[in-house]
Amino acid sequence: MNVISTHIGQPVSRIDGVAKVTGQAKYAAEPHPPGMLYGVVVNSPIAHGRIETIHDTGARQVPGVIEIMTHLNRPHAALFEKSYMDGLGVPGAPYRPLHDGEIHFNGQPVAVVFAETFEAAREAAMLVRVDYERWPHNANFEVALHQKYMPSKTRSNYVPPKPRGDAAAAYALSAVKTEGRYHLAPEHHNPMEMHATTVIVEDDGTFTVWDKTQGPQAVQAYLASALSLSKDQVRVRNPYVGGAFGSGLRAVYNVFLATLAAKMLKRAVRVTLTRPQMFTHAFRPEAVMDIALGASRDSTLQSMIVKGVTDTSRFEHNMENIVIWGLINYRCPNATADYKVAPRDTYTSSDMRAPGAATGVNLLEMAIDEMAYACGMDPLAFRLHNYSDIDAMHDMPLTSKALRDAMAQGAQHFGWHDRSMIPGSMRDGRELVGWGMATGIWDAMFSPTSARARLGQDGRLHIATAASDIGTGTYTILAQTAAEAFGMPLDRIDIELGDSALPECPTEGGSWTAASAGAAVWLACHSLRTKLFAALARCKNAPSWARQDSVKLEGGALHGMNENAQDSLSLSDALSLTGQDVLEAEETAKPGLRGKISQMRKARFTHSAVFCEVRVDPELDTVRVTRLVNAVAAGRIMNPKTAASQIRGAMVMATGMALHEESLMDERVGRFMNHNFAEYHIPAHADIPDMDVLFVNEHDDEVSPLGVKGIGEIGMCGTAAAIANAIFHATGRRYRNLPIMPGA
Amino acid sequence: MRSFSYSRPTTFDEACRNAEHTRFLAGGTNLIDLMKSDVERPTHVIDIGSLPMRDIADRPDGGLRLGALVTNADTAAHPLVIDRYPLLASAILAGASPQIRNMATNGGNLNQRTRCHYFYDPAMACNKRSPDTGCAARGGRNRIMAVLGTSDACIATFPSDMCIALAALNATVNLHGPDGGRTVGVRDYHRLPGDMPWRDNILQPGEIVTSIDLPPAPFGPHHTYLKIRDRLSFAFAIVSVAVGLHMEDGRIACGSIALGGVGTKPWCVPEAEALLDGRPPSHSLFRDVAERLLHGAVADRDNAAKIRLAPRVIERALWQAAAGTPQSQTDKTIR
Ligand SMILES: Cc1cc2nc3c(=O)[nH]c(=O)nc-3n(C[C@H](O)[C@H](O)[C@H](O)COP(=O)(O)OP(=O)(O)OC[C@H]3O[C@@H](n4cnc5c(N)ncnc54)[C@H](O)[C@@H]3O)c2cc1C
Ligand code: SF4
Repeated sequence: MNVISTHIGQPVSRIDGVAKVTGQAKYAAEPHPPGMLYGVVVNSPIAHGRIETIHDTGARQVPGVIEIMTHLNRPHAALFEKSYMDGLGVPGAPYRPLHDGEIHFNGQPVAVVFAETFEAAREAAMLVRVDYERWPHNANFEVALHQKYMPSKTRSNYVPPKPRGDAAAAYALSAVKTEGRYHLAPEHHNPMEMHATTVIVEDDGTFTVWDKTQGPQAVQAYLASALSLSKDQVRVRNPYVGGAFGSGLRAVYNVFLATLAAKMLKRAVRVTLTRPQMFTHAFRPEAVMDIALGASRDSTLQSMIVKGVTDTSRFEHNMENIVIWGLINYRCPNATADYKVAPRDTYTSSDMRAPGAATGVNLLEMAIDEMAYACGMDPLAFRLHNYSDIDAMHDMPLTSKALRDAMAQGAQHFGWHDRSMIPGSMRDGRELVGWGMATGIWDAMFSPTSARARLGQDGRLHIATAASDIGTGTYTILAQTAAEAFGMPLDRIDIELGDSALPECPTEGGSWTAASAGAAVWLACHSLRTKLFAALARCKNAPSWARQDSVKLEGGALHGMNENAQDSLSLSDALSLTGQDVLEAEETAKPGLRGKISQMRKARFTHSAVFCEVRVDPELDTVRVTRLVNAVAAGRIMNPKTAASQIRGAMVMATGMALHEESLMDERVGRFMNHNFAEYHIPAHADIPDMDVLFVNEHDDEVSPLGVKGIGEIGMCGTAAAIANAIFHATGRRYRNLPIMPGA
Repeated sequence: MRSFSYSRPTTFDEACRNAEHTRFLAGGTNLIDLMKSDVERPTHVIDIGSLPMRDIADRPDGGLRLGALVTNADTAAHPLVIDRYPLLASAILAGASPQIRNMATNGGNLNQRTRCHYFYDPAMACNKRSPDTGCAARGGRNRIMAVLGTSDACIATFPSDMCIALAALNATVNLHGPDGGRTVGVRDYHRLPGDMPWRDNILQPGEIVTSIDLPPAPFGPHHTYLKIRDRLSFAFAIVSVAVGLHMEDGRIACGSIALGGVGTKPWCVPEAEALLDGRPPSHSLFRDVAERLLHGAVADRDNAAKIRLAPRVIERALWQAAAGTPQSQTDKTIR
């Protein structure tokens, strides 16, 4: 599509900003239906075993308690049947909340207390006592590594690594070799808003479910199949989502439990999770990667052997693409990779911002830095020297890869060329200064998506799609897209998102929403324009200039052209003339024939080059990140303001990954112990320097209809490695375990 | 949180009426959190907010009296504190966040409880929370736990920053109880866990902290509060050091040191402080002092790094104090 830009590409501030800061924006735990009950979940303190007895007499005596739901008294649901399959899940047997008395993971819900007030529900939940029979468990990752396996049925988005050449032989012959084991600690998503569900029982007996999710239609489908409801009996809404980072990709237990209870009690119900309970479901898996690299004397990579393992639960096989990235991104004639998962008695690990790449790209880029040093070559020069212009793993051309430009512009902005190669050679007072860099890569995905555009009597353009804005700026960029496509000022556009009743849109994730929903809105608006022009053309009482081809829609009004340039018609008047109350168009954006063929023949990725400065006090083990520059090649940037926010947010998260964030597993009980914000450290302001984000020009007509690649996740990829590499440059010490903490 | 009754008395006698399962409520930044987590389960909460303990006042000896209800923020911003006890202001500003310091009181800070993960989680065994149930932190994820003053029953760190400065300043704590008042040195206020870790300090049931007295501190610029933590703000100390040195002609006449983040209480070793008397600053002296301070440190599963790190932090803090260049709490560069 050929897009001229009045609105697209402008740094528009969030159109939902005022609603958010004034409390008008409603989140999942905020609707207050009359008669609503509050639900508080009781979780298991053991990792594996069986419930023997539930003592709830004391809890039931708390005034206001209505029901305590356990596996013993919950109603039957399709979810509990053997044949049930979880459409949102990963291969394996999905966890079914309150199915039976068996405990599969520490933190598993064992009861939900429902009461007239939140306080009563919480107090009663504290009074529920449960006796367990304890069975042996393993939650130790090192031990789980001995049981690693490749699932017989793999995840649909898992890309098996494709070997090339003879990596082992080439490694043996390589003049320069590096080898190491790299490790990433488990992390939790910890969005600001905790998971919550409010279920409203409508007069006709249907359910309106406000849920914190990234996919209202996916949750609708889940609830429909789990509770044997038809889709018109359940509507899921999530107009605002306070961050998610992947924790809302799958249905969290609160949504099933709340809806089951609303069905059983025939009352509105709300179930919210606490921050500690946020550590009882999804998390980024712990990972190890064994990376061996071989190069010839001239610093040319000859061999790459990457082996990786991530953890999963006993009941599901969660898989990530952690080992493929180096094979794709570097020109290296011999490369092989191996990936397995290691089972633990925990909940299933899950996708967290840039799943797979946040782990795999960062750990690999730390190894690449080691190889550059082993070769005695500047790390940026080394990457350029081994640059691949194609997807080297699939031997496929790319729709675009402006990584060279990103490297050059990032390096220039950072001042990389003043760097001295020798580790420990740059100082400022007592502190050692280190400069490190890394590159990032992430999929540029597109998913078929529908959108509706409607023009009303009020002359406003109303756009609807079931996309979720999880805080990324989707409302804003869709409004910009509609404004551009329809010829409408931004303030006369309403965007409606986050409702399963709206035109179909895939779950928000993978950075595909901007490209996919953007394209759908673009098409719907064009289609609506065409409809309007056609309706006017048929309309006897419309002014003659408006019934011709030479009409344009600009600034929210119809204008004549040429000799009729003075004539104009407001959109409400135009609509009145056509005799209709509304005019509507719905379109679905698909890759198209050309796009589909291109998807088979060309690979598509977003790229970045990250540069970092740290200051390290070698005696005191303190690390301060003092500069971060990220140059991103992500196709068309819809809104440089919201896009830069996405990159900066991811860089903060990656700083946490490099230096702070670790969910501490006590493997004796299989429980994450630092389950609150005082002890699970996300970076504070003091940890974050000014961050510069550059978007390099990357024109790509093939990657998606609007040339958009998406920017939600690329900021994670490479940033943690750039920090670790900078610490090496400062200290001369390699830290191969993330996060790097005092005393490491 | 469990149901409780609530009162807000206006006199000390009313407040100190010794009741079972009672807790005083000051700023609530610690107590309310712990009640929500089902760790503290008082049946009666006495809000002490109406008691007259909100002043900072001069003492006849040139010292200062800090009311128990003065907030941490107001204490750190008070001109007399900034002027005479910058070490205290610095330690307060090294802790928590501005929002929390605005609510937190001096009495509450003194009585705040450990941040041990296992103490905070009623699903886990903890002698401090429930006497004689065991200590899950031993052999567990205990990177943040103490290495000094531990016992078989408990290895929890006392987490305060403010109290580390109070210990270095040799402050005293004024109490009012059912049997009248008494005064205790802050260094004797907190207890070692021994076999009764559920008792954090010497406070008796019904006893209330009314104020904290600071004796004159002749340190001039020769003091510092140096805190190493897992992120650069809003994190409890891994190791922290409060130092005040009385310098005379380039020599240390006498000095005072307290350690935070490593002990089950603010950690002071008088023999280590005595090593400083009359000596000029030197690497070997400071190394000896650090060694003496860490004497007897024992690590459990995850916290050996504290024993390696602490001496280096102590030495750096001593140099900062000797040079008269105290650590800034806003500029995160450590000089
Ligand atoms: C997220 C977070 C981070 C923090 N980080 C730090 C940090 O880095 N450094 C640090 O030092 N602190 C930190 N704190 C702790 C904070 O300093 C304490 O919570 C605060 O000082 C407690 O004061 P308060 O008035 O709110 O006490 P409350 O919560 O009201 O009371 C705490 C305890 O003291 C008792 N008490 C209160 N006043 C009296 C009195 N006058 N006499 C007798 N008993 C009394 C109460 O009964 C209760 O047991 C942090 C707290 C939080 C929540
Ligand atoms: S260290 Fe102390 S506070 Fe922590 S679990 Fe053990 S007894 Fe409880």
